[in-house]
Amino acid sequence: MQIYDIPAEKPWSGIVRKGQTIRIIDAYGQQAIDTIFYNAADFGERYSAQDTMLAQGAAYITTGTKVMSSEGRVMLTVTADTSGRHDTCAGCCSCESNTVRFGMGTRHLHACRENFILELSRHGMTKRDIVPNIIFFMNVPISPNGAMTIDDGISAPGDHVEMVAEMDVLCVISNCPQINNPCNGFDPTPIRVEISD
Amino acid sequence: MMPHTPRPPEAIAADRARYEDHQRKGLSFTPKSPPTPSPIPAPPPTGVLREQIIPGGWYSTFALQPGQTLRLQAHGLGSSVSLAAWATPDHSERLNLPDTVKVQWTTDLRKGRVLFSDMGRVLLSITEDSCGGHDVLTGGSGPTGAGTPAQRNTRDNMLLAAAKLGLDRRDLPMLMTFFAPVRVDAAGRFFWNATLLSGTDWVDLRAEMPLVMALSNTRHPMDPATGDVPPVTATLQAARPVAADDLCRTATAEAVRGFENNARG
Repeated sequence: MQIYDIPAEKPWSGIVRKGQTIRIIDAYGQQAIDTIFYNAADFGERYSAQDTMLAQGAAYITTGTKVMSSEGRVMLTVTADTSGRHDTCAGCCSCESNTVRFGMGTRHLHACRENFILELSRHGMTKRDIVPNIIFFMNVPISPNGAMTIDDGISAPGDHVEMVAEMDVLCVISNCPQINNPCNGFDPTPIRVEISD
Repeated sequence: MMPHTPRPPEAIAADRARYEDHQRKGLSFTPKSPPTPSPIPAPPPTGVLREQIIPGGWYSTFALQPGQTLRLQAHGLGSSVSLAAWATPDHSERLNLPDTVKVQWTTDLRKGRVLFSDMGRVLLSITEDSCGGHDVLTGGSGPTGAGTPAQRNTRDNMLLAAAKLGLDRRDLPMLMTFFAPVRVDAAGRFFWNATLLSGTDWVDLRAEMPLVMALSNTRHPMDPATGDVPPVTATLQAARPVAADDLCRTATAEAVRGFENNARG
């Protein structure tokens, strides 16, 4: 088994081969983990939030969710989830959206998109390749009237989500540094990723 | 596991208090003049620069300068119009629906709301809207999706439209789909709220920066309609002066800050 400890506020990426299981562990609880998958053989095929939601007819990611690609193919299947539900509507934070959400004074705080740009650059990709992602352990309820809000995370220390890869995928993570909303309990923490055969 | 030293409790408390203030204002948003739905039938378009009928199953592209307004007019139930948009000349700045819904605290985009780019700027304002029945969550039909009459689908249309703007699949954002009343129930499941649509609905979208857009007139996969997909008319109208108290530019603190970013460049 491969074990990767990811510091608070940092990015990570790694390959998950078809048939392998990736376990993402919220070590300290209430930590949003922004995640994008790419077909390891063709980065132009990547995670699609809309295809994933449409395929399951529901907004939240949990056990049983088929993680779909932009080409309408299953990339991974969620096989375990000790937390309950995960968001894929709200996307990653950025310096720019922070200014709109929280005021111009937040422009120079670290953000997930900074992490994604830096990590994707190692694979020859750019901002252009950042697509709306899954945010594991982030709690974003959507009301029937459309209202949505980022609420306190519901994950406890050690909660995890497991996925079996249905194709070789590149997994790119931003361990979310946001301190302007409760997605990280206002205290970003380290996480762990395990990949096993 | 890696060790972790928590932030000071007073720093956490201060950040939480600031967030809850934003949250309270955002969720209790009531515009100064509540936007009533735009009337049906639509008033005649003004300053028409280009009128394009998009047949059922087809797509089109438009280039808009700031202030120009694109009207989408439905001609019957059973067609939905998916939108992708990119800033010019830097196409890496593009429509970002996750930012759009989270900064405005709602997935219910309708008259008075704005559509953000990934750079915290406003691409388009929804200046008129007769129905408020639009989808930001589920996109359009895929190559293998149900509800794809005549083998045409949203995904292929968007690839084709993007190609004609010099773009490719890496440039495609999440799509906003007009005249597609997808809503979320208490359990998080989607449903099609057909009561929101009349078949004669229309929207006006005002460009807030130079941009290009792709439009696909396809049947939404959740739309129960059968038979042919009706056409829609897309009409580009000349820029008009924007009032100081313009609803879209002043409705929320978030919109105001977005337009500050537009002005900042």
